[in-house]
Amino acid sequence: MIAVRTHHGARALIGALAYVEDARGAAMGEVVELRQAGQPPRRGQVIDASDGLTVIQILEEPIGLAPARVAITLTGATAEAPVGRELLGRTLSGVAAPLDDLPPPIGEALRPVWGAPMNPVRRRPPGDFIETGVSAIDGLNTLVRGQKLPVFSGAGLPALELAAQIVEHARAGAGEPFAVVFAAIGITARETRLFVERLRASPARSRTVFYLNEARDPTIEQLMTPRFALAQAEFLAFDAGMHVLVVMADVAHYCETLRQVAAARDEVPGRRGYPGYMYTDLASLFERAGVLHDRPGSLTQLPILTMPDDDITHPVPDLTGYITEGQVVLSRELHGQGVFPPIDVLPSLSRLMNAGIGATKTAPEHRRWADQLYASYARGREARLMATIVGEAGLSDPDRRALTFAADFERELIGQGHARRTIGETIAVGWRLLAALPRDDLERIDDATWARRPGAAP
Amino acid sequence: MTTATVTRVTGTLAEARPLREAGLYELVRVGARGLLGEIIRFKDEIATLQIYEDTTGLAVGAPVIATGAPLTVTLGPGLLGAMLDGVGRPLARLAAASGDFIAPGASAPTLDPARRWAFTATAALGAAVRGGDVLGTVEEQPGFVHRVLVPPGVEGALAALASGDYTVDEPIGRLADGTALTLAQRWPLRRPRPVAERLPADRPVVTGQRVFDLLFPLAEGGAVAVPGGFGTGKTVIEHGLARHADADVVVFVGCGERGNEIAEVVQEFPRLIDPKNGRPVMERTVLVVNTSNMPVVAREASVYLGVTIAEYYRDQGYRVAVMVDSLSRWAEALRDIAARLQEMPGEEGYPTHLASRLGQLYERAGRATAAGAPTRTGAVSLVCAVSPPGGDFSEPVTQASLRVAGGMWALDASLARKRQFPAVDWALSYSLYTDATAAWFADAAGLDWAAVRTRVLALLQRDAELREIAGLLGHEALQDRDRVVIDVARMLHEHLLGQSAYDPIDAACPVAKTGRMAALAVAALDAALAAVERGATIDELELPALRRAYVALRAAPPDAIAARAADVERAIAALEVRR
Repeated sequence: MIAVRTHHGARALIGALAYVEDARGAAMGEVVELRQAGQPPRRGQVIDASDGLTVIQILEEPIGLAPARVAITLTGATAEAPVGRELLGRTLSGVAAPLDDLPPPIGEALRPVWGAPMNPVRRRPPGDFIETGVSAIDGLNTLVRGQKLPVFSGAGLPALELAAQIVEHARAGAGEPFAVVFAAIGITARETRLFVERLRASPARSRTVFYLNEARDPTIEQLMTPRFALAQAEFLAFDAGMHVLVVMADVAHYCETLRQVAAARDEVPGRRGYPGYMYTDLASLFERAGVLHDRPGSLTQLPILTMPDDDITHPVPDLTGYITEGQVVLSRELHGQGVFPPIDVLPSLSRLMNAGIGATKTAPEHRRWADQLYASYARGREARLMATIVGEAGLSDPDRRALTFAADFERELIGQGHARRTIGETIAVGWRLLAALPRDDLERIDDATWARRPGAAP
Repeated sequence: MTTATVTRVTGTLAEARPLREAGLYELVRVGARGLLGEIIRFKDEIATLQIYEDTTGLAVGAPVIATGAPLTVTLGPGLLGAMLDGVGRPLARLAAASGDFIAPGASAPTLDPARRWAFTATAALGAAVRGGDVLGTVEEQPGFVHRVLVPPGVEGALAALASGDYTVDEPIGRLADGTALTLAQRWPLRRPRPVAERLPADRPVVTGQRVFDLLFPLAEGGAVAVPGGFGTGKTVIEHGLARHADADVVVFVGCGERGNEIAEVVQEFPRLIDPKNGRPVMERTVLVVNTSNMPVVAREASVYLGVTIAEYYRDQGYRVAVMVDSLSRWAEALRDIAARLQEMPGEEGYPTHLASRLGQLYERAGRATAAGAPTRTGAVSLVCAVSPPGGDFSEPVTQASLRVAGGMWALDASLARKRQFPAVDWALSYSLYTDATAAWFADAAGLDWAAVRTRVLALLQRDAELREIAGLLGHEALQDRDRVVIDVARMLHEHLLGQSAYDPIDAACPVAKTGRMAALAVAALDAALAAVERGATIDELELPALRRAYVALRAAPPDAIAARAADVERAIAALEVRR
């Protein structure tokens, strides 16, 4: 890449895109500054470099920019983020400008915001149990370090509250350094406040960096916010050796912005107008989670996304689910019944659960315990559906028992409220619920496991 | 070598001129870092390049060097046990060069250039040899004989050939016309390798999964598509096959999927022992890995790379199984490239050539007599996961796959949510290989495989009908003989079709045990129905005891199968005891 050069005037300004003619030596991803008398300076980046028309994506509000007067400077550099331990406790904008009346962060290093893919052979398979204190997660959809486990929410459901509770309660091992990176992507100030306030009283506060792009901020910046946050998270995890939990909310906003930019460039739209490369783009965020050989830290992601119309087949949750290692799905029905956290465990899944459970990590019988709870609850839910048609009297005896079980399960195991439960407490609640069923209904539990359950006759 | 300059960079594509001397699909090196790319279009003065690496920072005016050759892979000893990226670079040596994160422009040869192999010459000097003839052998892994072949298209009199220790690049001999022969050969990965004759399927690839071996078998040389929404267990099935499938060589292509899953394979396969020869599974495996955040264009190449390696071992006379996870990510790479070329989109934005490209890919599966002497028979079998958006099978990649695949293992989200795995929708799935493989199975299991299969399918069908009725009219509306069907079918769903990938014994089921379990389920149904016919009520039958015996059979290790099966037989005989 060559040195700084400035062009006067743009050929066209369309939405957040500027078109510049003959921008010699423009490079893909090159950082651009746009200046105009009487206007605040703006930043942008090259998304289509050409010896003809070069396309620049403007990251800030473009109102007032005049094609004839704007001066466009190509800086010769690609986007880099200041990263470091000193950023902990700071509140920054979506592109790492200070929002907390402190000077701009300098950090310990500058890192390319785009990151680089981890070499798959250098990845360590994640397998360290994270006790979140939430039964539906710890017991049935176990989270491990280095995993990416999104929360699929619906409008008005308490996804951020759940995330805040997890951040507050998640425990790293004794003396292990941990940190939280929070990326707000187009959420409201009220939502941000909710999260920040939950954290204020907790020890996690001083170990958190906030990257805030709220709904009132420039939308294009949303494409950069998670990347600034992840560059910082990667530094904390893999250079500073910390266990980092990244909370990103809301991925649906990010995807809408992606669609907006694609439409502005007249790209061929994919499903529901989202660009065909959205899978790849989302993967470039989510795949930055992981753990590496010979490095002590870990990067765990908890992205939050709102399913439009609670539709899990919508492209945003659908593509996310194909990339992430499972999902935690919130249920409007449970929320309506006052169950907190309102997690529907049937569509929820943690793909890395098996690596994080077992004798040395949680409990020796954890797998079969969870399988049986799932099987009995699924049967109960099926029976509930059937009962709406044929009535409870029309059910077989085992189905009637499963029906009762499902109600108890939702109330007692899922609906724990805001209290924290250890994994031991979670397992105990599960056994108590299973004990209400006759042995013959528990097909996923073998005799040896059954004999070892708590409270079994010796 | 011709050189040119970059005139445009947009995402994974670049344009350059002048490259008029270069050819279509010729490999290029772009920019100061030497990013790997390929020429995919010429229009007027401009050549369009697809770049296999991250283009951030690539500037207009950067140099382009055409290499004069298409994208090829080096085939030779050292592939087994290797982990390659989508364009054939070994990931371990990339890590040694550029660290934990992959830097663009890094390069490393596919095969270790320093390693020496003990070559034993078998071809006779002076003989006329041609493409596919065996020149000699190398022990590539303990007990695995790598046959060194004359490259396709090469022929002549063998002027020199000597046993000895060689690297993959050193000449092991030459032809009369001076052509040097080496342990390794290069092959363009988009082109199928030639065979002498394609053969029909006559035996299965035993998967160790009861639901597939019994109901929807995969034939050797066959191809099946495995469509399923996210969380339905595609990857677990693909990994299970890579572990347990009875093939000589397994090529696993992780195409656009998760890095953490690959890490699991990388950790597990070297430790996992293949019961057939007592060696680590990794020694028979080639991993091709292009995770979802690695460059999208290399994702397109990765599938061809995997299939080309498979064909190379087929040509040596081996039975090779290829797992692709997931073909949808490959199709999306095609879509991404086509969109950037502003091609007219077909269905759902996919290019109109999607179906034909898919067809060509699936057709590279097959059983064949290899070219050359001595006569060898090999096979490439293909299992492709497909990830339909929203789990909707009407989408183009699933539909185009079904037109060319010989089977479909359809995965169902509602079964997955009940944690019924493998979550195979038996009503939607099919295999065109049942007839071709039935005789082999019958022989291996010692029972009438086709008849048992038909009975199991009939039972599943009847159970679905009855449950529909029960769902409308209530359980009360069913007679005892119908309830017996539902009861036995539940046992069948849970314990015959259901199989735990995480249980060391259950993860892979021997053919004889699968057959025995299926036959016993059918016998149990017959006995229970006969008892009801004689006037017993369902509550008088010892169905719980039967189920317990059946669960014990499922959990039985190989040396206990006969005893547990005898227990089930006794439980069937004692069904009416309560009366």
